[in-house]
Amino acid sequence: MVELNVNGQAYELDAPVERSLAEALRHDLGLTGTKIACDEGHCGACTVQLDGVPVLSCITLVHTVGDREVTTIEGLAEHPLVEAFVEADATQCGFCTPGQIVSASALLEANPNPSGDEIRHAMAGNLCRCGTYPKIERAIHAVAAHGEGG
Amino acid sequence: MARLIKTEKEVEGRYTEQWVVVEEDALEQWPEGPLQTVGRPATRVDGLARARGEARYTQDIRLPGMLHAAVLRSPHARARVKQVDLAPARGVLGVREVIGPDDLAVLTDEPNYEGQAIAAVAADTNGQARAALDAISIEWELLEPLLDVDQALRQESYVDDPKRYERGDVERGFAEADAIVEAEYRTQSVLHNALETHQSVCEWEGDTLVVYTSTQFLWGVRDEVAGAFDLPKDKVRVICRFMGGGFGAKGSAGDYTLIAAELARRTGRPVHCRLDRREENVNSGNRNPTIQKLRLGARADGTLTAIDAEYQCLLGWDGWLPPTAGPAQMLYACDHVRTLEYAVRLNAPPMDAFRAPGFVEGTFGLECALDELAAKLDLDPLELRRRNHADHDPMDERPFSGKELMECYRRAEPHWERRHEVRARSEGPWKHGVGIATQLWYGGGGPPSYAWVRLSGDGTATVLTAMQDIGTGTRTAMAQIAAEELGLPIERVTVELGDTAHGPYATVSGGSSTTPSVGPAVRAAAGDVARQVREIAAQRFDLEERVLSLADGKVNSADGGSWPIEEITGLLEDGQILGNGARGPNPAGMRVMTYGIQVAEVAVDIETGEIMVERIYAVHDVGRVINPLGAESQIEGGIIQAIGHSLSEQRLLDPQSGKVLTRTLDAYKLPTIADVPEIVSELIDVPDAHLTNLGSKGLGEPPIVPTAAAITNAIRDATGADVRSLPITREEILHALRQARDREATKVVA
Repeated sequence: MVELNVNGQAYELDAPVERSLAEALRHDLGLTGTKIACDEGHCGACTVQLDGVPVLSCITLVHTVGDREVTTIEGLAEHPLVEAFVEADATQCGFCTPGQIVSASALLEANPNPSGDEIRHAMAGNLCRCGTYPKIERAIHAVAAHGEGG
Repeated sequence: MARLIKTEKEVEGRYTEQWVVVEEDALEQWPEGPLQTVGRPATRVDGLARARGEARYTQDIRLPGMLHAAVLRSPHARARVKQVDLAPARGVLGVREVIGPDDLAVLTDEPNYEGQAIAAVAADTNGQARAALDAISIEWELLEPLLDVDQALRQESYVDDPKRYERGDVERGFAEADAIVEAEYRTQSVLHNALETHQSVCEWEGDTLVVYTSTQFLWGVRDEVAGAFDLPKDKVRVICRFMGGGFGAKGSAGDYTLIAAELARRTGRPVHCRLDRREENVNSGNRNPTIQKLRLGARADGTLTAIDAEYQCLLGWDGWLPPTAGPAQMLYACDHVRTLEYAVRLNAPPMDAFRAPGFVEGTFGLECALDELAAKLDLDPLELRRRNHADHDPMDERPFSGKELMECYRRAEPHWERRHEVRARSEGPWKHGVGIATQLWYGGGGPPSYAWVRLSGDGTATVLTAMQDIGTGTRTAMAQIAAEELGLPIERVTVELGDTAHGPYATVSGGSSTTPSVGPAVRAAAGDVARQVREIAAQRFDLEERVLSLADGKVNSADGGSWPIEEITGLLEDGQILGNGARGPNPAGMRVMTYGIQVAEVAVDIETGEIMVERIYAVHDVGRVINPLGAESQIEGGIIQAIGHSLSEQRLLDPQSGKVLTRTLDAYKLPTIADVPEIVSELIDVPDAHLTNLGSKGLGEPPIVPTAAAITNAIRDATGADVRSLPITREEILHALRQARDREATKVVA
C-alpha cells in the first residue's frame, strides 16, 4: 500500500513497485488531466508538482513520492493561469496544456514576474506540437503582470 | 426544390467528381468585414475544458472490463515469418487473447517495413500485454530490403505510376531564357508526433461496434471498419470528442483500431490499443523525403520562360503521391512547364499526409530556385514574383475564384524593405539577411457536409454535426457562425460534434477543409431555423416576415419593435425549432486556392553554421476569417512546425537495415518554446465572392507551406550560400558556405 497526498486529499492505493506516478494518478485515482505523451520523460505533458517543484510524473515511481504534496492540473482548476491560457488562445489540441499550466504555475510561484527569457527557459521542457508557444508566453506574462502569480 | 448536380471535389490536390444535391434558396454571403460574432476574436468554447484537463481524449476513455492491447511489430525492414508460436504468450498472467498473421488482414507474416504489425495481445494491463509480446517466438527469414532510391528507380519500384505533366515546349522556353538555374533540392522525412499517440478503444454493443478513436475523420474510420468487419456502415459508431493532434496522420482507421476491434470481438470486452511513442515514431506515417531536380529559365526582365522539374518522392512501402509538382505547375504564369513525379516504393515505413503534403516540399525547391534565379538576373525577388503572377490557373486557364496574392505582396513590402537595416546588423561571424517565399495551396473544401441546428424554448441553440475539432478551433468557428446567423450571443450556442451517432456526415479534417466545408452547412442550418423564427414571429405579431431580423438575442422589426427570441420560441414550450443545412458545391469552372507570402529574417554564424530565425512575417489570403484569434494561432503553429522542418527535425533511417534511428522525442528534435522567433501575421480577410455562403477557405495548412524556402532564401541573402537540403543543419550550412566561397574563388581566377 502507498499513501499519497494529491491536491489536498489523502489517498491510499495498492500499487505494484514499478507503477509510475502518472499511471497511479490516471488509473488508480482517475485523475486523467495529467497526460502521458511519451512515457519516458522527454515531453513534459505529464508534469505535476511535488511540494511545488515540477516533476515528470511518467518517470517518477509512485512509491518514491512519500509525504510530498502532489499537485496536478485538477488542483489548479481555479488558478488564474487557466483563464489566461484560454484568453490568450494558448491551447490548440490541448493535450500538452495541463502540463504547460502545471509547469507555468511552478515558475510563477518561484518567480512571480519572469522575463521572456526566463519563461522560455523554464518552459522549454514542455513540448507543444501545435505550436501554441507564443500564446503560452503571452498567457504567463498576463498573469505575472496582474500580480496573480502567487 | 432540391437539384441534383455533379461537382468537382478536391482533398489535398486530389480531384474527384461528386454528385451533390443543391438547395435553390441558398443564403447570400454576409457583407465584408467583422460582424457581430463572425470576424471577431473568440476564445475557444472548449478552452476551459482543455486547460483544466477535463476534456476527455481517447487516451482517457476507461470502460468497465477494458483490456489493453499491445502489438508485436516487425523489427526488420523486410523479412518472412518462417514460424510463429503464439502459445507461450497465452500462458502469460493476465493475457486474454492473442492473435497472429492468420487471424486478421492487418497482421502479416511478410513485413515490408520496420514496424509492420505481426501479432497482438490483449491483457488486463498494458504491462502484461507488452510482457506477453516477449513470449511470442518467431523464426525469421531475413530478406534484403530495398532502400536505395536509384536502385528502386532502376527496378521501377513504384507505389503508383510516374506522373507526367507538360504544357508548351520547355526546350523552346529554355532557348528563350537569358538565365537558367539548374539545381537539385532535397527534403527529409519528418514525423507528425502529435502528443496524443494513435489509439482506439473498441467495444461491441450487441451487433454494433463502438470505436473511440483519435481521428481526423470519423466517417472515414466508420467506412473502413465497417468494410473490414463486413458490417452495415451504421453498425459502426465512431466517437472523438477531443483529439490530441493529427497533422494529417490520423485520417484512416490504422492497424491499432482494427486490432482493438478484433480483440474486442474475440474477448467480448472493450479493448484499448495505443501506440507508444516509439511505435508512433516508426509506424504512424511521415512526410516522405524528396529529391527534386529543377531547371528554371527566365528572360532578363524576370519573365519565367520554362520550368522543368523531376520529383522523386520516397513514399516508403505504401501511401500515395502527394502533389509535389503542384507549385511548379500552378504558382506562376509560365508557358512552358514539364514535371515528372515518381512515387518510389522502398522497404521503409509508409508516408501519410502531413500538413500540406507535396506543396511544402515542392514550394521549398521552387521558391529557392526562384531566388537563385533572381540572384543571377540581379532582380528583386519580390518583383520577380510579381512579374510572374498567375492571373488565372496556368494549367487550364480557369479563373481563380478569389485571389488576393498581389495584395499579400503589397502588405509584405514594408517587411521586405527591412532587409537593408537587417543586413546592416551583421557583425563579425554573424551575418543577417531576409528572405521571402510565396504560398499556394488548396483549402476550398467541398461537399458533402451537413449540420443540424435546434433552437429550444429558452432561446439556446445546439449545432449538431459529426465533424471533429482536431485542435484547430473549428468547434468555436461553428459556434460563431451559428450565433451570427441566429443573432444569438455565442454563449447561447453549443456545438455537439465528434460522434457519428449524434449528427450528420461531415468532412475529413484534412486539406484545410473543415471550416470551408462544414461552416456553410452550419450557416445554412442556422438560416433554416432563423427563417422559421421569423415566420413564427410574423404570425404572432401580425407583421410581414421580411421586416423581421434576428440580432442580440432578439427578434427585431424594421418599425422598431423588439422581442427577446425566447418570447417566440417559448410559445412552443418543449417544442423545438429544427434546421437542416448542407454544403453546396464549389463554383463551377473556377479554381479555389489559398495564397500568401512570408518574410523571414535570420542570423547565421558563418564560422559555426549556427542559425537563428529572428522574425517571420506572414500574410495569407484565405477568404473571410471567422475567428481572427484562432486564425493567428493557426499561422503561428504552422510556422513553428515549419521551423522544425527547416532546422531540426529529421527522421533518420539506417541505410543498411532500414530501421528508424530517431525513435524518441529526445532523438527527434521538435521545436521548443525557446526556438520560437518573433512572429507577425495578418490576413487579408476578404470573402471569396464565389465560394459558398461564407466565402471562407481553410487555414490549417497554408502557413506551413512557404517558411522553409523563406528561411533558406534569407540565409542566401545573409551569406551568399545556396542551401538546397533540409533540415539546414550546421553541416549543411558550412557545406553551402564552402561551395559559395569556391564559386567566388573560381570567378576571381576566371
